[in-house]
Amino acid sequence: MNLDTLISTTGEWLRGTGPESDVVISTRIRLARNLSAFPFTNRASAAQKAELESLLRDRVTRLDVPHALGYVNVAALPPLDRQFLVERQLISRELANAEGPRGVAFDEREAVSLMINEEDQLRLQVMRSGLALDQAWNEIDHVDDTLEAKVSYAWSEQFGYLTACPTNVGTGLRASVMVHLPALGLTRQLEKVFRSLQKINLVVRGLYGEGSRASGDFFQISNQITLGKSESGLLSEIQGVISRILFYERQARGVLLHEKRQELHDRVSRALGTLQHATMMTSDETMELLSSVRLGINLGLLDDISLHTVNELFIHTQPAHLQKLVGGSMDGEERNAARARYLRTKLRQAGI
Amino acid sequence: MKCQFCDKPATVHMTKLTGLKEKRVVHLCDACAKQQQVFVEPEASKEEMNIPAIVHLLLGSQLSPMEEELARLTCPHCGIKYMEFRGEGRLGCPEDYAVFRAGLEPILRRVHRADWHFGKKPPHQIENQPVQAAIYDLHRQLRQAIDTEQFEQAAQLRDAIREKELSG
Repeated sequence: MNLDTLISTTGEWLRGTGPESDVVISTRIRLARNLSAFPFTNRASAAQKAELESLLRDRVTRLDVPHALGYVNVAALPPLDRQFLVERQLISRELANAEGPRGVAFDEREAVSLMINEEDQLRLQVMRSGLALDQAWNEIDHVDDTLEAKVSYAWSEQFGYLTACPTNVGTGLRASVMVHLPALGLTRQLEKVFRSLQKINLVVRGLYGEGSRASGDFFQISNQITLGKSESGLLSEIQGVISRILFYERQARGVLLHEKRQELHDRVSRALGTLQHATMMTSDETMELLSSVRLGINLGLLDDISLHTVNELFIHTQPAHLQKLVGGSMDGEERNAARARYLRTKLRQAGI
Repeated sequence: MKCQFCDKPATVHMTKLTGLKEKRVVHLCDACAKQQQVFVEPEASKEEMNIPAIVHLLLGSQLSPMEEELARLTCPHCGIKYMEFRGEGRLGCPEDYAVFRAGLEPILRRVHRADWHFGKKPPHQIENQPVQAAIYDLHRQLRQAIDTEQFEQAAQLRDAIREKELSG
């Protein structure tokens, strides 16, 4: 698979459509699976990892699923390309930084991705635009069943699907909903909302998973518990919480529009103006400004720019994407100049 | 702050969170930290943390007889020691769930508030699929061999499973 062909697209999760897309960016479900006859990745010898990689590569690339999967040998990729796949959420940072034989298979829509030799030997992932937990579950459940007909999973009656880390055992399921909460951020209510999440065993993370900072008021909300509840039970818990978050965020947006319309209009217009004219731009500042512009579009304060354009800028200005688009690796300062140049050009082309 | 083993100034401080509001703190001087093997010095001159020793030290006085027994366990399949698992948080192979079961159950109850799976079952593993059924049966035999400590037979069974897996 040629990664360069992906650059001009944005992938399924940034399509900017789907249910509740004014607040929910994307839905992702991943399943952790291992084979019964091998040690877990961290304990496997180099030879066993190679054996696992070739066995699983063979099974996943011949998998009979509606959208064919292409395979990328992650171990053979230069660091920039690995970072590129992380930014597109096709692989995890762990897989990018791991050592030894490993890879990923994904389809053209970039909706299904199967990682090989991550912390678990198999990490199956399905992405959807907007809030679509049931749809995502149905697809990943089907991929999982199809694959399971070809390999023997490590499974026990008591503990369910066996994983390298006991925090993933049982269903092996982690569902993450990525939400954009600028109004709760502006009205300083985020902490209050998140505190209530911890009580029900959900975790809040930044955009790129564990340990990443939340910039631009984008957050991932996921389940922590994986054992002792059914998949549908876990998903309906998250669904319930997201419904409440949607309600709070929209309520806060309504209040802002009603009480501070002028101030808000000024804020989102300035954000767009800065993106159009600045000559140096960090990744974080871009994220903050695009977050404001996104809010402006959703509230009808900006109407000459589309959500899809914002999403495209959002992924294209990430460090690895930018370097691939501009061609060649750059240090931080050159990158900030190139990012600003890219934003100016793109926004002009979009006729804004 | 003084070392809790001798009266020298403590230079190594470790905290373990044992519960939501409880924690256990260990303060050691350089010499005692070395004596407790908190650091391992491999070929490289750079000192690295010896996680299992630290975990052992922190759990030290709390070890019940059952935990003492667990601390001596090693998985015959992948060779991981129970204390290595406690130090690193990662298991070595699927069989560890059976081998370390007594130690895992309390951990799972704390993390998930449950110690039994209540969700999807692999449909093909249970269905009457010839190859998968044979592998499944070999697994059952493997577990029996482990339970009765017939490790040589277990090793042979594991190889047979792998062979079937690769030819399937």
